[in-house]
Amino acid sequence: MSARSPAAAQAYDYAEFMARAYAIELEATERYAQFAEQMEAHNNPEVAALFRKLSGFEALHAKRILGEMGWVDMPALPPPLAWEGGGEGPETAPFEALHYLMQPYHALELALRCELQALEYFEGIAKRDVPAQVKAAALDMAAEERLHAALIRDWMQRVPPPAEGWDEDPDPPRMNE
Amino acid sequence: MNAPLTAAALAAKDFKSDYKPVWCPGCGDYSVLSAITKALATLGLRPENVAVISGIGCSSRIPAYTTCYGFHGVHGRALPAATGLKAARPDLTVLVASGDGDGYSIGGNHFLHACRRNVDLTYIVMDNHVYGMTKGQPSPTTEPDWSSKLAPGGTGLREFHPLVIALASGANYIARGFSGDPNGCAALIAEAVRHPGFSFVEILSPCVTFRPEQREWKQAVRPSPVAPTDDPARAARRLMTDDGFNLGVLYKGSRPPFAGEPAAPTHAVQDLEKGFEL
Repeated sequence: MSARSPAAAQAYDYAEFMARAYAIELEATERYAQFAEQMEAHNNPEVAALFRKLSGFEALHAKRILGEMGWVDMPALPPPLAWEGGGEGPETAPFEALHYLMQPYHALELALRCELQALEYFEGIAKRDVPAQVKAAALDMAAEERLHAALIRDWMQRVPPPAEGWDEDPDPPRMNE
Repeated sequence: MNAPLTAAALAAKDFKSDYKPVWCPGCGDYSVLSAITKALATLGLRPENVAVISGIGCSSRIPAYTTCYGFHGVHGRALPAATGLKAARPDLTVLVASGDGDGYSIGGNHFLHACRRNVDLTYIVMDNHVYGMTKGQPSPTTEPDWSSKLAPGGTGLREFHPLVIALASGANYIARGFSGDPNGCAALIAEAVRHPGFSFVEILSPCVTFRPEQREWKQAVRPSPVAPTDDPARAARRLMTDDGFNLGVLYKGSRPPFAGEPAAPTHAVQDLEKGFEL
């Protein structure tokens, strides 16, 4: 099992750092889109729409990185299997986090967790012995993730938390209890 | 294995079809699909040079979700179909997808002989210790004391140990992954494809519907504390004492793969088609 390891000692140059930041946003974009498809397939349109929105936000971040770097398309990314310490990108929500009866609040909780992991990742890079340009960019990214986390917390205030027994299904797929 | 092409490299999404998976949200098989597509992209393969063969079960839906050639075959019979395909078309990279019921029970005998034959296949088994598609019956890897309405008090039967069986039967590469780590699984699958002969990758893939307690596997799994070995005796000792949660490559053998020459075709395709003419 490979754990997320933001503190892995690895030096970056600026372009490599931005490529990794782009890969993080892209992986999160794709994962939220996959989650939206899963929720659509399981007739949970409200959460599906929320995941679509989250996917769209991450896609905007990815696009902005491309713009900042003057890249027209996917740059020469680091090998996708070579995240520091393995695992997935820090902003990628895990597949196992879903439930077919989940509610918007759950989706926002998940998104908040991902934003905070990304914040920790970028802060970790800024603390390393990296070039000044990388440090500045990492701090910018961390500030952005902090802002996103605040926005999601605010969003959660406007969504009812799930009531007890939210996962009880009167017609469950599971009949062996 | 096919040599990587010089054409533009494909991304994982290029190996995903337009069909949307219908597994339960939270199912580990989503992650395995992601791992397979990432591995194929990493290997620089192209969908037209890869075939994904499966049997029956939740995990066996995978061929339809890829853009590779696929064959969703008969319950437990994915390996014979894949063996035939690889023998006839050694130029193809052939992956086989299965689950613990399909692969170890209905297809148990084929598993033994596929290991023994050592044809250059990559066999990916998504193990969730239950028959999910048919509503939660115990499978060969179900713990003897797992109690459910369908097996009150548990089966009381000793579990099947697929990695030990694979080693004893002659598999040339044995690894275990966990669906909670899709990139780790992708690396194991990519290495399995590169390794010649019969490669067996068991992936612990929780069934969140019938075995929701398997969400806790995330806390149980760990990287294998020892490096892979090419010594079957040493591997046997490790696997026999393994608790089922050590991840990574556990055995890499050097047995040459079976590479029989495909027989010359006895019929032209056009001649076969004539038999179906009305």
